[in-house]
Amino acid sequence: MKDEASAPSADHRQAPINAALDRGQKLGLYRTMVRIRRFEERSLRAYQAKKIGGFLHLYIGQEAVAAGCCSLMGKNDHVITAYRDHGHAIAVGMELPPLMAELYGKVTGCSKGKGGSMHFFDPARNYWGGHGIVGGQIPLGTGLAYALKYRGLKGAVMAFMGDGAVNQGAVHEAYNLAALWELPIVFVIENNGYSMGTSQQRSSAGELAKRAEGYDMPWGQCNGHDVYEVRATMDKFLTLARERSRPSTVEIDTYRYRGHSVADPDNTYRTKGEIEEYRRTKDPLQVFQTALRAEGVLDDALTESIDAEARAESDHAADFAEASPFPTVADIQQDVYWETDNPAERKSQGRLFFN
Amino acid sequence: MPLITYREAIRHALAEELTRDPNVVVMGEEVAQFNGAYKVTEGLLEKFGPKRIVDTPISEAGFIGLGLGASMLGIRPVMELMFWSFYSVAFDQVLNNAANVRYMSGGQINCPIVIRGPANGGTNVGATHSHTPENVLASHPGVKVVVPSTAYDAKGLLKSAIRDNDPVMFLENTILYGDKGEVPAEEYLIPLGLADVKRAGTDLTIVTYGRPVILSLAAAEVLQKEHNLSVEIVDLRSIRPLDIDTVLASVRKTHRVLVVEEQKPFCGVGAQLTYMIQHEAFDDLDGPIARLCTIDAPAIYSPPVEAEQLPNARRIIEAALATVAGSQ
Ligand SMILES: Cc1ncc(C[n+]2csc(CCOP(=O)(O)OP(=O)(O)O)c2C)c(N)n1
Ligand SMILES: [Mg+2]
Repeated sequence: MKDEASAPSADHRQAPINAALDRGQKLGLYRTMVRIRRFEERSLRAYQAKKIGGFLHLYIGQEAVAAGCCSLMGKNDHVITAYRDHGHAIAVGMELPPLMAELYGKVTGCSKGKGGSMHFFDPARNYWGGHGIVGGQIPLGTGLAYALKYRGLKGAVMAFMGDGAVNQGAVHEAYNLAALWELPIVFVIENNGYSMGTSQQRSSAGELAKRAEGYDMPWGQCNGHDVYEVRATMDKFLTLARERSRPSTVEIDTYRYRGHSVADPDNTYRTKGEIEEYRRTKDPLQVFQTALRAEGVLDDALTESIDAEARAESDHAADFAEASPFPTVADIQQDVYWETDNPAERKSQGRLFFN
Repeated sequence: MPLITYREAIRHALAEELTRDPNVVVMGEEVAQFNGAYKVTEGLLEKFGPKRIVDTPISEAGFIGLGLGASMLGIRPVMELMFWSFYSVAFDQVLNNAANVRYMSGGQINCPIVIRGPANGGTNVGATHSHTPENVLASHPGVKVVVPSTAYDAKGLLKSAIRDNDPVMFLENTILYGDKGEVPAEEYLIPLGLADVKRAGTDLTIVTYGRPVILSLAAAEVLQKEHNLSVEIVDLRSIRPLDIDTVLASVRKTHRVLVVEEQKPFCGVGAQLTYMIQHEAFDDLDGPIARLCTIDAPAIYSPPVEAEQLPNARRIIEAALATVAGSQ
């Protein structure tokens, strides 16, 4: 059953969850989006300067999704996502220096330089990664929801995935389990139109969120460039999860400006015009900035200072990363087993490592 | 001491840990209402109720991943795979997620999950149902791998596995489920990574684990009686962590080694053992280390032929005699 309460005509700013925001909270939301963008732009420059190895999947263009969703989190709400994970990490409150240091492969990184761009974690902030295998995180998120319910905690899990992930079997197994056992989870499809270089049209039969119907799950869709709309929509489904322990699927339409990763020259599957059109009409930062200006929350000076602060914070994060040491070769075998990291409490015997 | 079956020993371990820790949950296909595909969990639903003993759909990737996610948030799930062979459809959850999450999070997340079920050939169920993945599992740092051969070991090791803060893969054996052994009524634990000398001897060391331990014990009787050969049998019990010291101590005593495993030879557990023994006890060896493995092909169905594909007492006797002859 599709939930229609968040139809495009609704004025999302008036939704109770948004009407309740004070000026500071609105600015906080805007600041988060700006910080995500400036952090990622800074990380791209670091990548181009060969400071970062491997992949770098940028979230630029999608900021309102993570910022909007994570701004709704309460004490017992949890987040898990895929490899395009920088935005969610910043949105749950992780500091920029350890994130940048992780990209640089430094020991001061949020995962001590062991995870990299795709594997940010911060369980203390209910942020469970950062997962590199398309769709592989969705059963884990369902397990987090299982644990909440088992322990009698009133909370919800947001399990994020891309439009391409919806075709993975593990996602459907998780849907079934969540619906069957009435687990408090919202499956969030961040539909940016493409899985790598394959458009939704070329990869997926039918409507993505509608697949929830096969599992008797409520589902919804919304625009992801309007942070008010993201919040208004997600609030309803999160409430359903928290209050009635009912899972749901929400598809959020969004767009990424950059290539799939830094390895994607972005010249085979879409036109520059398409990107420009989105940027011109739907850029999430611009849309929210315009709204906040109209509300009298933002003016030129404040917009400018928020931007300057985010740039300075990102530069500082890069300086921190640059100045930090790499892990040592001896660190390679730390954090593999709880037991070897806690030798005083080790109960097992014998060899756990073979060189 | 009471005599109970290997199956009952596992059930008792589950029941004791379910009683001790309210966060322990038993989950899998047919574990609750049906009483377990192999009746290991029989009666647990009645005793502990549906919150603790949970039937899952046939959805290994989904429910193993779910168990893992729950373990990150404080639950201690004991997941039953009806056959370990079915791990292949949950491979990503077991070996990308369970093995790597602690590492990739820089040690911030623990996954205290146990995945258990039978992993053996010899029951004429064909190649899809006869996998013995202990080598595949053990080649993933981050997980632990246990393969008990007796009721006593199964109980003590499973209790330790459930209390362990790392993911433990627990490989049982359908042919052993009905075997009886002495198990004390009072509580005990067996640490992972501690091998057990199941029979003392002086002429040849057989290093083995799982059901081949039982077969090797039978073979050793014959070798003693008919060939006057004194065989020492080291049961590894745990593959990772590995108690190589007990193996080496035995090698230093007998100077001859045969590794017996229900594994295909290529990159099997025995390949790693053989390397370690030659590396660490080269001067103590009187001859090359021998290996007896499953014959290198998918598991054949044909019942009398499958019995010959696996290590059996006759093949072990022949291999033991050849090992000793080759090192004289
Ligand atoms: C199982 C698996 N298959 C393929 C890949 C390679 N890969 C990484 S991301 C990606 C595209 C996924 O697209 P989508 O789910 O829409 O997420 P987006 O990148 O758009 O955020 C592919 C094919 C992978 N990481 N995992
Ligand atoms: Mg996509």
